[in-house]
Amino acid sequence: MFAFIVSRILQALPVLLSVALISFAMFAYVGDPVAIMLGQDYTQAQRDALVAELGLDRPFWVQFATFIGNAAQGEFGLSYRLSRPVADLIAERAPATLELAFTAAVLALLVGVPMGVYTGLYRNSWLSRFFLTFSLIGVSLPTFLIGILLILVFAVWLGWLPSFGRGDTVRLGAWTTGFLTVSGLKALVLPAITLGLFQLTLIMRLVRAEMLEVLRADYIKFARARGLPNRAVHFGHALKNTLVPVITIVGLQLGAIIAFAIVTETVFQWPGMGLLFIQSVGAADIPVMSAYLLLISLVFVTINLIVDLLYYAVDPRLRIGRGKGGH
Amino acid sequence: MSNAAPLLEVRNLRVEFPTRRGTLVALDDVSFSIAPGEVLGVVGESGAGKSMTGAAIIGLLEPPGRIARGEILLNGKRIDNLRYEQMRRIRGKEIGAIFQDPLTTLNPLYTVGQQLTETMTTHLPINPAEARRRAIEWLELVGIPAAAQRIDSYPHEFSGGMRQRVVIALALCAEPRLIVADEPTTALDVSIQAQVIALLKTLAREKGTAMMLVTHDMGVIAETADRVAVMYAGRIAEIGPVREVVKHANHPYSAGLMASIPPLDRRVERLAQIDGAMPRLSAIPRGCAYNPRCPKVFSRCADERPDLMDAGTTRAACWLYASEVPHG
Amino acid sequence: MAETLRRFFDSDLWFSFTRSPVTVLSAIVAAICILGAVFAPWIAPHNPFDLASLNLIDAFKPPAWTEEGARDYVLGTDDQGRDVLSAIMYGARVSLLVGISATVFATLLGVSLGLLAGYVGGAIDSLLMRICDIQLTFPSILVALLVDGVVRAVLPREVHADIALFVVIFAIGISEWPKFARTVRGSTLVERNKEYVQAARVIGVPKARIMVSHVLPNVIGPVLVVATLNLGLAILSEATLSFLGVGVPPTQPSLGTLIRIGNDFLFSGEWWITIFPGVALIAMVLSVNLLGDWLRDALNPKLR
Repeated sequence: MFAFIVSRILQALPVLLSVALISFAMFAYVGDPVAIMLGQDYTQAQRDALVAELGLDRPFWVQFATFIGNAAQGEFGLSYRLSRPVADLIAERAPATLELAFTAAVLALLVGVPMGVYTGLYRNSWLSRFFLTFSLIGVSLPTFLIGILLILVFAVWLGWLPSFGRGDTVRLGAWTTGFLTVSGLKALVLPAITLGLFQLTLIMRLVRAEMLEVLRADYIKFARARGLPNRAVHFGHALKNTLVPVITIVGLQLGAIIAFAIVTETVFQWPGMGLLFIQSVGAADIPVMSAYLLLISLVFVTINLIVDLLYYAVDPRLRIGRGKGGH
Repeated sequence: MSNAAPLLEVRNLRVEFPTRRGTLVALDDVSFSIAPGEVLGVVGESGAGKSMTGAAIIGLLEPPGRIARGEILLNGKRIDNLRYEQMRRIRGKEIGAIFQDPLTTLNPLYTVGQQLTETMTTHLPINPAEARRRAIEWLELVGIPAAAQRIDSYPHEFSGGMRQRVVIALALCAEPRLIVADEPTTALDVSIQAQVIALLKTLAREKGTAMMLVTHDMGVIAETADRVAVMYAGRIAEIGPVREVVKHANHPYSAGLMASIPPLDRRVERLAQIDGAMPRLSAIPRGCAYNPRCPKVFSRCADERPDLMDAGTTRAACWLYASEVPHG
Repeated sequence: MAETLRRFFDSDLWFSFTRSPVTVLSAIVAAICILGAVFAPWIAPHNPFDLASLNLIDAFKPPAWTEEGARDYVLGTDDQGRDVLSAIMYGARVSLLVGISATVFATLLGVSLGLLAGYVGGAIDSLLMRICDIQLTFPSILVALLVDGVVRAVLPREVHADIALFVVIFAIGISEWPKFARTVRGSTLVERNKEYVQAARVIGVPKARIMVSHVLPNVIGPVLVVATLNLGLAILSEATLSFLGVGVPPTQPSLGTLIRIGNDFLFSGEWWITIFPGVALIAMVLSVNLLGDWLRDALNPKLR
């Protein structure tokens, strides 16, 4: 178990390091941070002093090591656009994005998996056909259009739900949450649906395809031949085997949710990291961009690790060396 | 034929597969019975309908396959027309099944103990603790060493032969009166096949379980079965006591099949073979399905399809044994 | 020419096309979108960029079939009094231009690097494939955003405004090349060991020449299918970037830009300014995607 985790972390390191290198290269060489920090008028002496102070005259690898050291402590310098520490900006925005992504992911899983199971088990029912048609639309519509349509219907025409912002939030130490107020929860509905819909349809199609595949397996036929009730066959034997491949792809999709939050947050003016990132892209605010990139890749790598662990928990065939082997 | 009231009776069974190009008849007019404790061997080439017969009996024909005509009776009661839920209670409890490939018939994500206990608690009025105790007993009975420890192992931790022993335990653990064993040794190493067959035979005798043993291995049949049915193109060609069918087959097809078995007691230069191949289900010839390949074919064979008739020691579907003399 | 046409109508491709109503419908919709876009300057009812013809009195006219609609403006007008239908036609032009250019760019880049990786192998292969792996970990829209942001940071503002269109094409192309590189590398690995390549090598044909004139023609088939399927995605990426305000410049609005602009008027009830460009975008992308799916299945059922 321990060796398994260590090997997975070692595999993830090159990815993290390459992303860090790209982040650093952006940070160090794109634009002229010294000129930006000094403003309009400065002397060569001032410039040299700042260059020395920032360590920009030191060798590349030394600078890179310093960058990684700083990044590990959450230190990413000042935002060009807002002149505030990047770490503070991200810390302020992170709860909004994480709450949105979490809700969207839960929605996609809680609705997508049962729909996939249902359409896999009852292939020819009219409800299955309806779900499939619906999923085709869900896969083809761009996220921002879904958001706009939802706003038009539920906020503009029906007036049931707010169309932008997080509503009232409650402070819990460093974290601000919208889960504890009615307006916060209402504000979450439309963005979460917008963000979760694509993943939901994707998960549904995936679970359906896997379910159809598994239901043809010999061990399912044998489970029926042993006279097990349908419930045990479908939701025990079939679903558990379906989960093995589904976990992998769903894990990757959950990572994508955080990235796609950029679009959703823009549509709903949701004050999260994605909105911060897109404003930074527009203003060429490199420190924020590189910090965001590093953070996102850290999230991706973490999710991959969790996926591997889940895989390990579900599939006994991966737990090598546990049994005595009967050969 | 045994005199006791039959445990299983199959009467004029016909199984059809509706396809876009018309209906395929996979089984036609199949009739036989199995007495309590009796072992019926079913032999024939691939596609002759052996496995299909087994699937029809346990009520698990692959759709769109369906029983179009005939009846299947267990203890004198029809089971071919039961609803899914009623039939489910019979599967495992009254009729156990063993499939061909032990590598794929066990669910990889459940321990063998879980699979045994769930089968028992489904059919028997026992609690999980008792089921687990019996599961260990069953594993010992089928010859798994250190059963008390191995009960928590997953299927992939067993070898192929051991897995088939687990499958046998699973088929028998709810104490059914009949086992449908579909090629139980085909996927195993030759060295293991004999052990598994011996185990199956011993257990069936001890528990008084009847068995329908589907195989294409005549050696297994000769050693294990009481009676044997030879199938050809979805019909039974000949059925009778195993000794008679093996030594003195009456149907030309059975005779050809038996002649192709290498004898152990003498050397032969060349094994006999039957020319041609079994017809596809979509192209079964008129009359006797075997007539194009039959060495003893005569005019009646191409026109009329023979039913099973008395052929002395066995019953054979062949016009050679027609009591009335054909016209012409 | 007539012979070619006759053979085309006799072919399996044409047969499978006529047998699928969804595909025929998609082809018709795609044709309308493409023709409308290409010939916009000649067939659009108005020229939305001709400032002289704009009249603020005509602003916010709803579609023609509503009570306050004007017959002149079928799909209504926007805040400047521009005809929405004409704006869509001109916008689709930009969307298509960027989508196609980005796909061509991604194809060229991906095919050359994939061919190189597959044929030369060794360290170059490992390096290129590692880059692909890492890039494919991230959603392509994120990569496009990042590239776009970096280019913005590198270029002075005035320069950027002039070449914004190319920046978007570059960003989207960069975000999608790994798919092509992987496809081509896979087929190249198969082809390089075939006898005709061995033969060419034995008689001393230079490496570059073998790659381009011997291997390339044999690996290009699957690439065309990937490219078709990628076109819809590229159009969507452009629309998303423009919607986020970091895509094509406002002087050359694409469908995504129109949707973003219209979005501001959603709350005051002028829904048509954003919904119609949205519908046009969906129609274009969906029909291109369905055509791509059909082409993939028709050309090679084994390709997935």
